[in-house]
Amino acid sequence: MGNNELLLDLRNLQTYFFTDDGVVKAVDGMSFQIRKGEVLGLVGESGCGKSVASLSIIRLVDKPGKVVGGEIIFKGEDLLKKSEEEMRKIRGAEIGMIFQEPMTSLNPVYTIGNQIMEAILVHQDIGEEEAQKRSIELLKLVGIPEPERRFNQYPHELSGGMRQRAMIAMAMSSNPDLLISDEATTALDVTIQAQILELMKDLQKRTGMAVLFITHDLSLVAEMADIVAVAYTGKIVEYSDVRSVFKNPKHPYTFGLLRSVPSLVNEQRKVDLPAIEGMVPSPYHMPNGCHFHPRCPFATDVCRREMPELEEKLPSHYARCFHPVEVSKEVV
Amino acid sequence: MKKLVEVQNLTKYFPVLGGVFSRPIGWVKAVDDVSFHIYEGETFALVGESGSGKTTCGKTVIRLIEPTKGKIIFEGKEITKLSQSEMRPLRRSMQIIFQDPYGSLNPRLPVGEIIREPLLVHNIGTKKEQEDRVVDVMKLVGLSPEYLHRYPHEFSGGQRQRIGIARAIVLNPKFIVADEPVSALDASIQAQVLNLLLDLQKKLALTYLLVAHNLAVVRHVSDRIAVTYLGKVIEVAETTELFSVPLHPYTQALLSAIPVPDPDVKRERILLQGDIPSPINPPSGCRFRTRCRFAKDICKEKEPPLIDVDGEHYVACHFVKKGKKTEYTVS
Amino acid sequence: MATEYALEEVEKKETYSYWRMVFKRFRKHKLAMTGLVILVAIIITVIVGPLIWRVDPIAQLEGPYELLSPSRDHPFGTDDFARDVLARWFAGGKISLMIGFAAAVSATIIGAVVGLVAGYFGGVVDAILMRIVDILLCIPTFPLLIALASVLGKGVWQIILVIVVFGWMGDARLVRSVVLSLKEEQFTEAAKAIGVSPSRIMFIHFLPNVMAPIIVSTTLGIGSSIVYEASISFLGFGVQAPLASWGNMLQNAQQYIWNAPRLVWYPGLAIFITVLSFNFIGDGLRDAMDPKLYR
Repeated sequence: MGNNELLLDLRNLQTYFFTDDGVVKAVDGMSFQIRKGEVLGLVGESGCGKSVASLSIIRLVDKPGKVVGGEIIFKGEDLLKKSEEEMRKIRGAEIGMIFQEPMTSLNPVYTIGNQIMEAILVHQDIGEEEAQKRSIELLKLVGIPEPERRFNQYPHELSGGMRQRAMIAMAMSSNPDLLISDEATTALDVTIQAQILELMKDLQKRTGMAVLFITHDLSLVAEMADIVAVAYTGKIVEYSDVRSVFKNPKHPYTFGLLRSVPSLVNEQRKVDLPAIEGMVPSPYHMPNGCHFHPRCPFATDVCRREMPELEEKLPSHYARCFHPVEVSKEVV
Repeated sequence: MKKLVEVQNLTKYFPVLGGVFSRPIGWVKAVDDVSFHIYEGETFALVGESGSGKTTCGKTVIRLIEPTKGKIIFEGKEITKLSQSEMRPLRRSMQIIFQDPYGSLNPRLPVGEIIREPLLVHNIGTKKEQEDRVVDVMKLVGLSPEYLHRYPHEFSGGQRQRIGIARAIVLNPKFIVADEPVSALDASIQAQVLNLLLDLQKKLALTYLLVAHNLAVVRHVSDRIAVTYLGKVIEVAETTELFSVPLHPYTQALLSAIPVPDPDVKRERILLQGDIPSPINPPSGCRFRTRCRFAKDICKEKEPPLIDVDGEHYVACHFVKKGKKTEYTVS
Repeated sequence: MATEYALEEVEKKETYSYWRMVFKRFRKHKLAMTGLVILVAIIITVIVGPLIWRVDPIAQLEGPYELLSPSRDHPFGTDDFARDVLARWFAGGKISLMIGFAAAVSATIIGAVVGLVAGYFGGVVDAILMRIVDILLCIPTFPLLIALASVLGKGVWQIILVIVVFGWMGDARLVRSVVLSLKEEQFTEAAKAIGVSPSRIMFIHFLPNVMAPIIVSTTLGIGSSIVYEASISFLGFGVQAPLASWGNMLQNAQQYIWNAPRLVWYPGLAIFITVLSFNFIGDGLRDAMDPKLYR
């Protein structure tokens, strides 16, 4: 990561959904930074606001949702101040995106090749022939065998893994500075997921792009990310480099999640897993104070009263907690 | 150990309909000549990726799907040929937990009714006794009986899964097929439900057939594991044995593909080439040969039988011999 | 830890059954509520009106009282047979609405049963029932109706019969398609795993789940049945004079459209507003019962 230049600086982002039943604060004061060439893993369970955050960055939040506060500084400029026209030039060119379900992200009535070509022609000033050549190169780049034949195939003729590769090809078509990958491997089988992860790592290394890697799966973050941000109920609760988060989790939520996942090496099988009790609170009835306190084994009165700030608990290791976990994971 | 369930040469083909008259134009070979047995009180897992036929297999064992061929023996009695009405009394002892906590509960019935229905259908006890039993079972699965009159849409995924589990155990069954019971749940909820399943197994002496794709989950709760690929069982072994000495090249690749929540673990991954072939036209011979690093000519010509290589460790590969001798070499 | 109730700290909110939630949402639907208010007003008027305005709708007034303009004695005036139009409007409304309800509800019941059976059993049963539907849908209704009228005679019950015979196929198709998707739901599989019988699956598990589309379709069906009645009566094969319906009032009025347009306006507007109200209510119900909201 020779380059330490800031690429994306998310400052106190707030995205609310104004529904019939009340206001849902899907993203409520989220901040994180991605430097050039860096992979930030944004991890959390359903309802933590991770996907809404990514849609906010590319300004694709649909009604009744709305970005109501914060700044999204991308390459020194606030994306929230851009016009729709300017955003269209950024999306797909400077920021590429891949989503969970490649089938719904691809248009079933056009060939794979057509769709990649379109992505190229929209953002680059080159001719059709050149674009076609580049599309086939891209298909080759993402490891699709027989790219010339695949170019003329429709999405339904490709397997899930191949479709996700095609999506990646499309996202890579304009050499983006930032790739947003939202649960891109969740729908895939383990052996196919392994292929796609290797591909993403390889592309990231080769192009030096930054990646916002969004997932619910801690193990994928451990494998992919340089920096980890753990989200819970629309806020970042833990933020540090990957090693520190996994070896020395400070927030009881991260700590609990890591302990509750069944291990592949643990000697003790068929025993109770140390589960986190309770469940994510309803977005309409957020608890007072720290949103995690009803499930937290360390909660005290102050947790029930006040929302803690994201503070530095170890050198450049931040956690939003009054009673950060003191023991290392190995001890417990 | 007593065998509770025995499956012999189980086969299930689904027709692919086509043409003007919707005649079968092909067959999805979802389960193809599969044999295994499940001991009383154990958790036996079927693992595999999509298209492996593991779910079909699990549902066929309890006759929710009609087998095309083969035998299913439950408690020493063959149940393959029984009519659905002859099956009805047996349903008391075999139940299923579904993957989808949203689709598996009727949205128009209150939770109490959903859990009581099995008792109603099998005419067990008076109304009062049934209601008491429902309350007991709700407590057992960690649901407050206060919520008896609520509807499924008022519950979260994890709670709905508890409701589905309550419905499955209310008849005191011996055998439960758990079809991906936690894969639709959030990470922090998965552990709760897994603990519940383990707890119930101890309390009620249940035998589980666990169908799952998450190998970490399977490793944690299972006693023995069968690895499936494209409608075939390719390796069966006791859990620790399978994870320490995987013999089939597919099992090895599958295990190496599992992501580990530890940034310090940098494993040598066996990356499989290509995709899982379609179960409509599976490859000849060994079905895994198209993605296998060790495939030779014989793999194309002959299907490897599932052989016992070392007392209760079964493998279907031409290059694995008795005594766990492996002879595969990269060609 | 299974003994600890996972729900403990969840908000202790009121329990809503499905239908109460539907009602709550429906009340927020402005257009549908407007429709409902207007419709209730029309129904009350049609029922209570004759109790206050005690004039025989069939009696022809003695003397030269044809086509009188509205006055204190005859607020809506009189028609070409010197009958009081207001009295006829009340009586006609009652008959039109009654035909609408009776026809739409019967058609829906027949359609729902056919759809449930065809969808659940599939195979030959399904094929036969659906071909009957296809055939009935190809028959042009009006010529057959004229033929039927000559066999059965003309009148209120015949009209209902005709509307029902030609009106249940849409519901049958609708219910069948819902049942086909319900059959694939996991809760159906769960019911089978328990050992639930087919009839119990059909009536305890499926019927409540098809109620929502059935109710929407019946509501819209009442509206279209009223229009249908009007068209049939307009052609002279419906409700026969001296009995009044909004439809045959329109038919009578057509020859006086230039010299007494009010005779067209009264029944015409009534039909228009009533049917529009039913359609608004139907739309509101559809939105309120959207299954996506309650999964």
